[in-house]
Amino acid sequence: MGKLYESQKLALWYFTVAIVLFGAQLLFGLLAAYQYLNPDFLYGVLDFSINRMLHINAMVVWLIMGFIGGVYWFLPIETGREVVGIKLGKIAFFVLVAAVAVVVLVYLLVQTGKGDYFTLWFITEGREYIEAPRWADWGIVAVVLVFYFNVVATAFKSGKITGILGVLMIDLLALAGLYLAGMYFTPNISVDQFWWWWVVHLWVEATWEVLVGVLMAWSLMAVLGTPRKIVEAWLYLEVFLVFGTGILGLGHHYFWIGTPEYWLGIGGFFSALEPIPLVAMVVHAIYDAGSHKLKAANKPALFWIMAQAFGNFVGAGMWGFMHTLPQINLYSHGTQITPAHGHLAFFGAYVAANLTLMYIAIQGVRAPEGPALDSRAWKLAYVGFAITIFGMVGALTVAGFAQIFVERAVGGATWSAYIAGQEHPWVREPMYWRFGFGVLFLLSYVILVYDMLTIGKKAATVTEVKPA
Amino acid sequence: MNIGWLEVTVAAFVLTVISGAFLARGRNWLEPGFWKGFAIGGSLVMFILLWILTFDTLKKISMGSERVPSPTVINHKIGYEYNADRRMYVPVIGEEEPFFGKKWSEKEAYELITKGKLVIQSRNCMDCHTLLGNGAYYAPDLTKAWLDPKWETMIKPMLKVETREEAIAKWLMNTDKYPTWTRKMPNLGLSEDEAKAVVAYLKFMSAIDTNGFPDHFGKTASN
Repeated sequence: MGKLYESQKLALWYFTVAIVLFGAQLLFGLLAAYQYLNPDFLYGVLDFSINRMLHINAMVVWLIMGFIGGVYWFLPIETGREVVGIKLGKIAFFVLVAAVAVVVLVYLLVQTGKGDYFTLWFITEGREYIEAPRWADWGIVAVVLVFYFNVVATAFKSGKITGILGVLMIDLLALAGLYLAGMYFTPNISVDQFWWWWVVHLWVEATWEVLVGVLMAWSLMAVLGTPRKIVEAWLYLEVFLVFGTGILGLGHHYFWIGTPEYWLGIGGFFSALEPIPLVAMVVHAIYDAGSHKLKAANKPALFWIMAQAFGNFVGAGMWGFMHTLPQINLYSHGTQITPAHGHLAFFGAYVAANLTLMYIAIQGVRAPEGPALDSRAWKLAYVGFAITIFGMVGALTVAGFAQIFVERAVGGATWSAYIAGQEHPWVREPMYWRFGFGVLFLLSYVILVYDMLTIGKKAATVTEVKPA
Repeated sequence: MNIGWLEVTVAAFVLTVISGAFLARGRNWLEPGFWKGFAIGGSLVMFILLWILTFDTLKKISMGSERVPSPTVINHKIGYEYNADRRMYVPVIGEEEPFFGKKWSEKEAYELITKGKLVIQSRNCMDCHTLLGNGAYYAPDLTKAWLDPKWETMIKPMLKVETREEAIAKWLMNTDKYPTWTRKMPNLGLSEDEAKAVVAYLKFMSAIDTNGFPDHFGKTASN
C-alpha cells in the first residue's frame, strides 16, 4: 500500500460502502423488474413499492457516498495537506452508515405506517427519491455539515483557494441548502411538488452535474495530467452552461403540477438547451483522450471518463431532450420513457463518474508509481455494462412509445387505458427484455467487483519479478 | 402579475450576457477568469429569476386560487372539459353534491384532505402510482382518478354501493379481494377514516388545473 492521507483512507471506506449499496440497488431493481413479469411474486411481503423505493434510495445514497469519497480522495492532493476535521469526518461516516442501515431496516420490516406525522418522522415521507423519514433527513444534514466544514476548513488552512475548490465550495453549499426544501409537509400537492422538484431537479440536473464536473476535472488532471489552466477554464464554462440552462430548466417539471402556463415556455426552452454543456464535455473528453492517443497509466479510469462524457450526453442530453418539450411531454409524462431516460442518465452521468473515482483510488492504493493499471476483467465489465444498460433502456423506450400511443393518445389515459397499454405486447414484451438485460447488468457488476478486488495486485508482483 | 414566458427568456439571455461580459471584461476568452465571469453572472441571473418566478407561482397555486381549488371543492361536481380558448382540457367545477352524504365545512374539508395527503405519503403511493404524473409506473396515474369511468362501470356494481365515493373507499380497504387485473394492489391496511380521506384527496386533486394533463382523459380517440 502506498502512502495515503487519512482523508484518502476515509475515501476508501466511502467507496466500499458505495459499491456494496450499488449491489443492493441492482438487487431491488431486479426484484421490481421481475414483479412486472410476475405480479404475484412476493405480493404482500415485499411489494413493488418497497423494492422500487429501495432501488432508487440505494442509488441516491451510494452515488452521494461515492462523491463524498471522491472529494476526500482529492482534497489532500489539491491542498497538499491532511483534511482538517478528519476525526470528525470519520465519526460522521459511521453515523451515516448506521443511519442508512436503520432506515433500510425500517423500510424492509415496517414498510408503511398510519397516515400521521409519526410516519413521516420515523417510517417514510412517501415522496419519491426522498422517502427517508424526517429524523434521517436531519442526520443527513448533520453529516453533510461536517463534510462541508472539512472541505472549507481544509481549503482555507492550505491558504490557496484554487478555482476548482471555489466551485466545489459554492456548489456543495447549494447542494446542502436545497435538501432543506425536501423536509416539508403541505396538504397542497402542487406546492409539495414544486419544492420537491427543487431538491430532485436542482440536485440531479444542476448541483450534481457541477460536483461531477469538479471531480472529473481532478480526475483528468490525475489520469491524463491535463494542465490546471485548461481544466479550470472548462470547469467555469461548464458551470456557466449547466446553471445557465439547468436552473430555469427546472421548469420542465412544472408543466403539469398545477403551476402557471408560462412554465411551459420557460421549462421547454431552457431544458432544451440543457444538452449543450453535455456536448461540451464530450468534446473536451475526446480532445483530451485523443491527444494522449488513449494511453494512460490508469486505463479503466480513462475509459470510465470517456463513458461518463458520452453517457451523460446520450442519457441526460439525448434521452432527456426526447421528451422535454411540453408538446411531447403532455403524452409521454409518466410513461416508461421517463425511466428509460432516468436509467441511462444516472448510469452515464453518475455511475460512470463514481467508477472513475474508484479506479483512481485503486491505483493510488495498489500501484501509485506504476505499472499501468490494466486487466481483462475491467474491460469485460465495461463492455457488459455498456451493452446491458442500452438493452434495458432500449426496451423501456419501446415500451414507453407504445404506452404513449395505446394508453395516452388512443385510450385517453384512464385506468382501463393504462391496463390496455400494459397488456399490449409492445409494452409487455420489452419488460422481459428489460429483466434479461438487468440480470446481465448484475453479472457485469459482479465482474466489476471482482476486478476492483484484484486489479493491480498481479501487476505489482510482475514488476518485482522483472528486475531479477 | 402577468408573466409571459418569452419576456422571461429574453430577459434571462440579455441579463446573462451583460453581467457575464461585465465580470469578464478585459480578459482573453481562453483564460479561466473570462469564463469565471460568465459562470458567476449567469448563475446569479438565473437564480434570481427563479426566485422571482417562485414567489409568483406560489401565489398562483395556493389553495383557493384559480389553479388549485379550495378543499371545499369536494362539495361540488367536478368535470374535465375541452376549453377552446386555452386549447386544452381544464377541470370544470359544477353544482353542489353531497360527499359521503354531507356538505363539508371549510375547516372539515381542509382537515380531511390534510389527512388524505398524510395517508398517501404514509403508504408510499408514489412508488407504484404517479400523482400529477410523478412517481412510479407500475400502476395507473392518479391525477384524474376521481373522474375515472371504471368506478361507475366496474367497481360500483362489484361492491354493490350507491355512490362513487363509497365505491372508492370500500375498494381501497379491500384491494386484495377485488382484483381488477393481474397486478393486484396490495392491501395497505387503510382504516375507514383513512380511506375516506384518500377519496377526498383524489377528488380535490382532480380539480387542479394541470394545463391539460392528461390530455382528453376518459375519452377514447374514436369518440
